[in-house]
Amino acid sequence: MRTDRSKDLGPCLPMEGDDRIVCRCEEVTQGEIRQAVHDGMFTMTEIRRYLRCGMGLCQGQTCSRLVSGIVARELGIRPGELRPASSRAPMRPLEMSIWANECQAPDGAAETKKGGAGDEKC
Amino acid sequence: MRSADVVICGAGVIGCAAAYYLAKKGKSVIVIDADEAIGNGGSSRNGGGVRQSGRDVRELPLAMYGIRSLWPTLSEELGTDVEYVQKGNLRLGKTEKHRQILQGLTDRSTACGLDVKMIDKDQVRQINPYLSDEVICASWCPTDGHANPLKTTLGYFRAARKLGAVFLTGEKVLRLRKEKGALRYVETDADTYLCETAIVACGYESRQILDSVGIDVPLTKDLIEALVTEMEPEMFPQMLGTADADFYGHQTRHGSFVFGGSAGYDRENRDFGHLAVYGNTAPAICRATLRWIPRLKDAKIVRTWAGYEDICADGVPVISKIDEVPGLIAACGFTGHGFGISPAVGTCLAELACGEKTSVDLSALRYDRFRSCV
Repeated sequence: MRTDRSKDLGPCLPMEGDDRIVCRCEEVTQGEIRQAVHDGMFTMTEIRRYLRCGMGLCQGQTCSRLVSGIVARELGIRPGELRPASSRAPMRPLEMSIWANECQAPDGAAETKKGGAGDEKC
Repeated sequence: MRSADVVICGAGVIGCAAAYYLAKKGKSVIVIDADEAIGNGGSSRNGGGVRQSGRDVRELPLAMYGIRSLWPTLSEELGTDVEYVQKGNLRLGKTEKHRQILQGLTDRSTACGLDVKMIDKDQVRQINPYLSDEVICASWCPTDGHANPLKTTLGYFRAARKLGAVFLTGEKVLRLRKEKGALRYVETDADTYLCETAIVACGYESRQILDSVGIDVPLTKDLIEALVTEMEPEMFPQMLGTADADFYGHQTRHGSFVFGGSAGYDRENRDFGHLAVYGNTAPAICRATLRWIPRLKDAKIVRTWAGYEDICADGVPVISKIDEVPGLIAACGFTGHGFGISPAVGTCLAELACGEKTSVDLSALRYDRFRSCV
């Protein structure tokens, strides 16, 4: 959807419940989410990256609907018009030592293809 | 038809930074991005390193300028905490061959005036006691560090927007158009924009846009991946890499560890446009990481992601005015290391667009440097 980020949302006036925690994992409040929308973060993807809500242990399974409701209200649109942030693997937190056992080269064989593209991406 | 002094194609960290520095100079700016979200390409998918060590000497001056003059005050400048931490970069080695690779990198960097040196096993342990006992050496650059790429990109966006820059998302730039030999119009799938100057900073997609005025930059793209752990107790603040480039990463201010690596199929992995992670990459990153930091074996991964990097044929970006098309500036081909230099690049792009002398000499990064090898 084409969006002009200069769209006038009016002033961000204080609202009841602004100090209420919406994302429990990362302790993000309703007021912080509303302010982020007024700072230009119009998508769930940006809200998540800017505030970390939905980036904790539950990966947004608890709060994403609440967050999209707050964002939609500030933007004056329906929550259904907001594309959800991406769901990402793994679906449950997984220990590094366990995941490290997957997709290994057969015993004794070298890894099938040489890596080397793992230089710092920054 | 809307008009602006400068139209920027691409709202990644480069486009957002350029927009901010241009708006600060009083220029009117329109930024256009095909994606619905700001900075949804490599800008939000990289490892967050702000490093000079290990860089090609052609882009090293940009990295050194940014770390000296821009990164230390960026949070205050933007009014957004970009979580910049300047606690050094260790590039680790376990074998004599690794030592030779690291020594070569170190020698080339010191020749450019960078404070980086080789250190032995005991010195590595003093700096970071959590690494594998097999580490025998490292290159150490104390002025390197890391920052939060998500907050940096969105921080530049927020600050530029506050200064009046217009951002249009979900709108695809189709072509550039000249008038009387100079760049004058940017055409999208929704509108046409009149401008004095256009900056093309769309990653790999820059190639097609530049092609519309007959300019070709030799770019390809790789699909690479990274992952992040849950919050862990504070362990070490350095950025880590290795001589073999099998993994890299750091612990963020938040406590989670971000690691990247490769199973070796970055060019062959296919995603059909969905930016999907590949099943073999996360396990490869976990294996590589645990070889260097064994005590993270119980750290839980909460998220993995993939992103395209635009690979330039010779490994460093094109940041350049285009002689044949006055008014056109290209900034693309960052080859997976654009984030750390983004404040310096944004500064230089704003200077180029205003016809000023750039803070860093960009002559090694011109668009017409590609010659036959025979």
